[in-house]
Amino acid sequence: MSRAVRFAPLVLLLMVVGALIWRLATPPDTTVHSKLEGKPIPVFMLDAALPTKPTLSSSDLATGKPRLVNIFASWCIPCIGEVKVLQQLQRAGVAIDGIAIRDRPDDIAAFLARNGDPYERIGSDPRSQVQIAFGSSGVPESFIVDGRGIVRYQHIGPIEQSDMPMIMSRLEQAK
Amino acid sequence: MTAEAGLAALWLAAGLAAYQFLLMILALRSKIAVARPMRAVAVVQGGLTLIAFAMLLLAFARSDMSVALVFENSHSAKPFIYKVAGAWGNHEGSMLLWVTILAVAGSFVAMLSRRTSELTLVAGLGSQAVLALGFYAFLLIASNPFARLYPPPPDGQGLNPLLQDPGLAFHPPTLYLGYVGLSVAFSFAVGALLTGEVDSRLARAMRPWVLGAWIMLTLGITAGSYWAYYELGWGGYWFWDPVENASLMPWLAATALLHSINVLAARGALKAWTMMLAVIAFSMSMIGTFLVRSGILTSVHAFAIDPERGTFLLALLGIYVGAAFALFAVRGATLKEGAPFELVSRESGLVINNLLLSVILGIVFLGTLYPLFVEAMSGEKLSVGAPYFNAVAGPLALVLASLVGIGPLLSWRRERRTIWGQLKVPALLGGAALAITIFLAPDIGILPRLGFGVAAFLAAASVLPLIGRNPFRAPLETWGMVIAHFGIAVALGGMAANTAFTSERLAVARPGEILSLGPWLVQLQDVTPTAGKNWTAVEAELQASRGAGAVTLKPQTRYFSNPPAETNEAAIQTFWNGQLYTVVGKADPSGGWQLRLWWKPFVTLIWGGGALIALGGALALFGRLWRVRRRRGSSAQWRKERYA
Repeated sequence: MSRAVRFAPLVLLLMVVGALIWRLATPPDTTVHSKLEGKPIPVFMLDAALPTKPTLSSSDLATGKPRLVNIFASWCIPCIGEVKVLQQLQRAGVAIDGIAIRDRPDDIAAFLARNGDPYERIGSDPRSQVQIAFGSSGVPESFIVDGRGIVRYQHIGPIEQSDMPMIMSRLEQAK
Repeated sequence: MTAEAGLAALWLAAGLAAYQFLLMILALRSKIAVARPMRAVAVVQGGLTLIAFAMLLLAFARSDMSVALVFENSHSAKPFIYKVAGAWGNHEGSMLLWVTILAVAGSFVAMLSRRTSELTLVAGLGSQAVLALGFYAFLLIASNPFARLYPPPPDGQGLNPLLQDPGLAFHPPTLYLGYVGLSVAFSFAVGALLTGEVDSRLARAMRPWVLGAWIMLTLGITAGSYWAYYELGWGGYWFWDPVENASLMPWLAATALLHSINVLAARGALKAWTMMLAVIAFSMSMIGTFLVRSGILTSVHAFAIDPERGTFLLALLGIYVGAAFALFAVRGATLKEGAPFELVSRESGLVINNLLLSVILGIVFLGTLYPLFVEAMSGEKLSVGAPYFNAVAGPLALVLASLVGIGPLLSWRRERRTIWGQLKVPALLGGAALAITIFLAPDIGILPRLGFGVAAFLAAASVLPLIGRNPFRAPLETWGMVIAHFGIAVALGGMAANTAFTSERLAVARPGEILSLGPWLVQLQDVTPTAGKNWTAVEAELQASRGAGAVTLKPQTRYFSNPPAETNEAAIQTFWNGQLYTVVGKADPSGGWQLRLWWKPFVTLIWGGGALIALGGALALFGRLWRVRRRRGSSAQWRKERYA
């Protein structure tokens, strides 16, 4: 056996051990990253979910200032807890719009009356079409959209109290 | 007291292993006489680990919840056999089992090995002790199986219900016997590289260990495959899961080693190659253990990731295998190759066998670790699955299986006779099988079709070494080889039949409804609740018929409470020509039940073939050991000669 062949197993081993050390040092990232981050929001126009609120369309989201779009539903249990956090964000000066999924005006009104109302606009998405265009697969989900209508961050699941600093800093970055 | 006694035994064993290391260094540097206590120390070290392991078994058998490991992995309501098996159904216990087998293997080498020079044996035993030392350190520093809890909790947390199965009782120990049996080959190889005595005597000393380990790996893989088949309820026998690959890679290396070691034993050739294979085979065992134990790759055997343990195991892996490869790289050049051979000869046949096995090993290795390499280099995530392995390794395995029929007919050094005359009948049979599948089953894939052809060829060709002589005077090793090679044909036929002819049916059925499945009509009779010792279940009653008579199958979905979990218990009915495999799922809102039904023609041949392969190995091992006993003269004479 030539010298090169004799050293081959050792070199191969070092490569494998190197890769394994790398894996031990950087545990696998199991979060699903949004494919929409960095891309413009889909073009859409939604009817108002409540007679008392304005409609929501894609042009309402590109206003020169970052906004938070919250996909929710009155029938969604985790959304009840999330509304409290959204209200705190609203009080901190965050502009929040809602997209109500497969919902009815009466139910939405009751939901907001009971839990609080952080939304400027609420669009009604009765067949989940805009939700799917956003690449969202459930409620609640939230998107941070910058002033040019580019999605900067997708949050899957309810925004918790502990997520607030992260959301605030991401909104700051989106300015 | 038992836990403390176990811990003390483990510390003492570690001390003795360190002493063996010292003895080896002294023996290699000065005179062999220094190392006279080596054999005795190795035996005592093995005995101490046996005591430690017995103490752990006792703690589990008595459900001693003051031992943290028992609390975490057992429950007093568990059936007794699973209480005992729980001892190695967890990280610490399985590492203790590993080091126990390692040390006990060392004891047996010390007691039995008389073939190599004493210096090589001392170096080999020393290497084995160094291996054990690392695992003692691992147990004592990072995973103490004997840690106590105070105050003792009232009851334990239970064992994963998937593992509450007779398969668990022997699947891991069998694989470990295989993995660790290869450690002896590794230690002998390292010892011989240190002393420079790589010769046919060494090959003969290593051979029973390689053979024994290989039998255990074969059994472990076969049993594990059947366990996954009936317990997971997916109806498949091999998933190319990283952990399955982790057991397949040492088997491939051991299979190659098993054949090349014969060349070294008989002809003194392939020295460097055989030593490298011996190191690689055990390296694959260690990589396998690391992959399983660190939980680094996603798999059905998902154990929790623990960075400290992972780092420790990886360090051991790097040091031991790295040192052995470095030693090989430096000393490999000094090995003189033995007798030359011609292009068509038994030797070259075995070289081709080794090359093909090595390439398949490389393919499996690459496929298993490729996602890791890609993510390390580019950050991109991907997974490698069955399509890659089947497409790349499958054709090579078919080529290898065809050559298995030819190789044993060749003679050593150079072929004088022509063997083509002998191969006429097998070739005819293989061709006939191909023609029949083309004629009767025109729609099956190319791989299963070729599989039938190769299986028929090999089934006939594998028995040729017994033809033309009195088969009852043939040595047991020849019988073993014939049976093992015939087993490959059987397993291959089963795989081809399963791939080509399986019928599958997924349906929602209401009680009374009849479903058709291949040649079968299956009626869902009823679904009823039932209960066992530590589970409740819904049980479906299915009646299956294909013409005359009917069989009843009762698949269950079981719910365990400690810890809460749900398992599918498939109901499987075996017939001479296949298995009916049924699984009941959840209730459907419409009032029906989800049923999964498979008719798998000749699927049992897969494991039957695996068992034949292992049986062939066992016959060969028995034959060799028996002949050694007969040939050996007075052992007292041997003892006198040794330290002269």
